[in-house]
Amino acid sequence: MVACAAREIREGERVFVGMRLPLIAFVVAKRTHAPNAIGLFELGVVRDQPASELLYTMGDNPNVAGAVWCARTIDLMGLLQRGDVHAGFIGGAEIDVHGNLNTTAIGERTHPRVQLPGSGGGADIASLAHRLIVIMPHDKRRLREKVDFVTSPGYGTGGDWRKRAGLPRGGPSVLITTLGVFRFVDGAAVLESYHASASVARIRDATGWPVATAANVRETEPPSAEVLRIIRAYDPAGFWTRRVE
Amino acid sequence: MTAKLVSLRDAVDRLVPDGASIAIGCALEPAIPFAFAHELIRQRRSELHLIGPISDIAFDQLIGAGCVSQASAAWIGNVSAGLAHAYRRAMEEGVPRRIEVHDHSNFTIAQALLAGALGAPYLPTKTLLGSDIPQANGTFREAIDPFSGEKILLIPAIVPDVTVIAVQRADEDGNAHLWGPWGVSQEAALAAKTTIVLAEEIVDRAVIASDPNRTIVAGTKVAAVVHEPGACHPSPVQDRYRRDHDFFHEYHAATRDRQGFERWIGEWVTDVPDRAAYLRKLGARWTALREHRTSVA
Repeated sequence: MVACAAREIREGERVFVGMRLPLIAFVVAKRTHAPNAIGLFELGVVRDQPASELLYTMGDNPNVAGAVWCARTIDLMGLLQRGDVHAGFIGGAEIDVHGNLNTTAIGERTHPRVQLPGSGGGADIASLAHRLIVIMPHDKRRLREKVDFVTSPGYGTGGDWRKRAGLPRGGPSVLITTLGVFRFVDGAAVLESYHASASVARIRDATGWPVATAANVRETEPPSAEVLRIIRAYDPAGFWTRRVE
Repeated sequence: MTAKLVSLRDAVDRLVPDGASIAIGCALEPAIPFAFAHELIRQRRSELHLIGPISDIAFDQLIGAGCVSQASAAWIGNVSAGLAHAYRRAMEEGVPRRIEVHDHSNFTIAQALLAGALGAPYLPTKTLLGSDIPQANGTFREAIDPFSGEKILLIPAIVPDVTVIAVQRADEDGNAHLWGPWGVSQEAALAAKTTIVLAEEIVDRAVIASDPNRTIVAGTKVAAVVHEPGACHPSPVQDRYRRDHDFFHEYHAATRDRQGFERWIGEWVTDVPDRAAYLRKLGARWTALREHRTSVA
């Protein structure tokens, strides 16, 4: 997942990095194909070089050491709202075929079955970044026909929904899961590739909507030895990369 | 001027009544004034309205301790460990009590506090159009921009009764230096009716005046200054101490059930008289986290 996520960062882009696995994806991208990418962290940190050690949160002291700017949340959210941010990462508890994400509550909002933490900056990234990169574990209970609450808007019900809602741009471009990679085509997820450990059949079985596949659906390109080395060197104990939640 | 310098106990006793709205944890993951949250629990504050973006586990502790009736927040959880168990129990089971939550995103909480700081009634935004958050929040309003004719969302100002920020250093008048990311701390400090500063170190006015760009809030806006070293453990303070990751993970494991939560609060909050005793209890663990860099100041 980390290797796939890193590939989504293009050289020279400004990227809202976010928490957990994207922290490592940014490091991989910087050290491989995107040395000039800029990392924006919503608490108010801008970096042109990855942090020198594993981050548990974006507020860890090593993420500030060597930063080029310490600012306010509103400064970076302002860049996002202006349209200056190319891409942003988020995860979620639930997603639907149109890329709408729920990180608020399972069940009813006021009396939830499972209370989740909430948006953080996720809904802002989903609303305002040019491209949204979604990363989450693949599970039928997570990839659902319809989510209980739309925390972070994707393509709504499809078509020109985002425009009608008043959103200025953006939407999910990719959904990377533990089993495969979906691209969004006309506002709906289409399976582009399955990881070596998975298959189209297994993905269909683990997905809560009827899976559409790309004409050239194929196995996900495996991470290079170099990328694996970077990931393992950065997170040697696998705190983030081996985590299952 | 020195009348502003008070103990943590007195600051909570005199300035935070039951039912107060209180912004805390405004730098997001770092510089969370856990010492203040713990004193609120020790003094059994109730019916508080918590305001803040991320808060890490500070909101979870206050909610689990029964101090809270409302929260206006973007995220309530345990950043490196996962979900917040006490918040879950409050929302799912009403234990120890039900709370009312006004959902925000980090951007909208920042805008609400900025509007408060500006003395503006609201700020218009394009974020969250199409999200279910505006409806769940209950205070936002969708409108048409009179200039462009496009849809916008209006975020009404939040004016906290009290804002608490933690900083590396302040003088006795409350002129406060915070470095590292500021999150929404400055907006919250300027928006509040009463602003309280917790300082790792009290310094001479000349130290502040030597680098006024580092000042997050001027003393003229500050009601009380508390000298409280180690106030933010287990969250980090840049160049003073690192984040105690294990502490967050241990809290997560220990508070899975209500009994575990109560044991944890007893051990680390209600059976501990003050922050100095808390740091002594941490012992060598605390010493190992400390850093004192002077490279930037």
